[in-house]
Amino acid sequence: MLEVKDLSVSYGAISALGGISFKVEPGSIATLIGANGAGKTTTLRTISGLLRAKSGSVTFGGADLTKLPPHQIVARGLCHVPEGRMIFSNLTVDENLSMGAYLQKDKERIARDRDYVFSIFPRLKERLTQQAGTLSGGEQQMLAIGRALMGGPKLLMLDEPSLGIAPKLISTIFEKIVEINRSHGITILLVEQNANLALEISNYAFVLETGRIVMQGQSPELRANPELKAAYLGG
Amino acid sequence: MTEFLQQLINGISLGAIFALIALGYTMVYGVLRFINFAHSDVFMVGAYVGYYIGQHVPEHTIWGGTLALVGSMAVCAILGIVMERLAYRPLRGAPTLNVLITAIGMSLLLQNLGQYFFGATPRPYPELFPVTNYQFGGLVISSSQLAVIGVTLGLLIVLRFIVLKTKIGTAMRAVSLNPKAASLVGININVVIAFTFGLGSALAAAGGVLYALNYPSIDPLMGTLPGLKAFVAAVLGGIGNIPGAALGGLLLGIVETFVNGSQWSTYKDAIAFAVLIIILLFRPAGLLGRFTVEKV
Repeated sequence: MLEVKDLSVSYGAISALGGISFKVEPGSIATLIGANGAGKTTTLRTISGLLRAKSGSVTFGGADLTKLPPHQIVARGLCHVPEGRMIFSNLTVDENLSMGAYLQKDKERIARDRDYVFSIFPRLKERLTQQAGTLSGGEQQMLAIGRALMGGPKLLMLDEPSLGIAPKLISTIFEKIVEINRSHGITILLVEQNANLALEISNYAFVLETGRIVMQGQSPELRANPELKAAYLGG
Repeated sequence: MTEFLQQLINGISLGAIFALIALGYTMVYGVLRFINFAHSDVFMVGAYVGYYIGQHVPEHTIWGGTLALVGSMAVCAILGIVMERLAYRPLRGAPTLNVLITAIGMSLLLQNLGQYFFGATPRPYPELFPVTNYQFGGLVISSSQLAVIGVTLGLLIVLRFIVLKTKIGTAMRAVSLNPKAASLVGININVVIAFTFGLGSALAAAGGVLYALNYPSIDPLMGTLPGLKAFVAAVLGGIGNIPGAALGGLLLGIVETFVNGSQWSTYKDAIAFAVLIIILLFRPAGLLGRFTVEKV
């Protein structure tokens, strides 16, 4: 469904990604794990068009995305929930959700997606008229995911959804991610520092280290891998 | 008391014009984080377009005046969009200083093109709207002052509606807060920025026509001082904040008019800027501005 081939990205003279390749199969949950600075966020940002690749390509459903601007990539059904949530804090929850549906023309579909988002995150319905900046960290994450779902994604990319959230809420958010994948058939590409959690819910995983994929495989197998355990799973 | 009210009315009508120009500065700052110094020259072009349309419609009619006003707004909206496309879009992502210098260059270009095409000699402005003076007790309000206040009020309501209730307006606020996040929900940032330039330039054009009606001669450098004051008004109200720009404009207009009517009238500009300095000492982000702290 999503195919990344030999992707290289650099910030000026500093290389962030040194030619990575991976595939995400339709209907699956794939995860990119790795330490701080390994290039996980850079990978997502390049896929969604916020950053330009130096070389290599990104194809999605057969179409080449490498040179497209972000809004055209969203239009193809690839939605990105960015690191740090980036909700529109000066807009209401309601307005944030309508902005998520910016490219949707069909009113009925927008209403359906809205109900779907509320069925996953009922909390958002209670907070509709509230300014998004006044939400708690967990609620902001729900809003960020809900906003991306309003765009009608075929593939949802999530960047560190556990970051800065009360531990109690993290498991809820991860359950919801699984629910989005199972009940709606939305493919998910998850980036996480919390490797344990990511491997628990994903089907397939790629381990990123200083801009290269150093290991990959079925998530349950990787969880049992002694090398990975030592490096990322705290022994 | 009559004197006070009279000055207040004069101040409001001057302030309304500052407010119209200030809105353009503040909106462009909101989406691009730079001061478009050429904005004051769009104001000048607006006055001239109104002047030329005024040559072809009968004076002293409401429809003729409205036509000049709307036509000038339309032409300047296009000018604003073209200016953004040619001068500023290629610099997207460049350091702010480069964009700022380009803006100053754009301003000089418009002034000099103005002198080339319109001539450097000041021209008397046609009386586009019917001219009458209304008396209320001892107060005198001219019809052009009424036009200024009425048109400004109308435009502010329309602007408020656009920004708060329409999809493109909400997108403007989204881009202003976080352009990256806005592009990730599918907003075409370039379209929103072009729209913002068009909207701001149309308001400046309205300001230009209304200003020329009250100060009845125009020249290609006429934008400089009102533009500077409108910029001050935008900073005063909190740059990037739309109601702030309107408030700052009104306040500055009123202060200037009162000083002008007093024994210190020679120092009216100095006092207007002193007000800015004093207010910024106590509220560094402007009257309605806020320093936002992002949750990480």
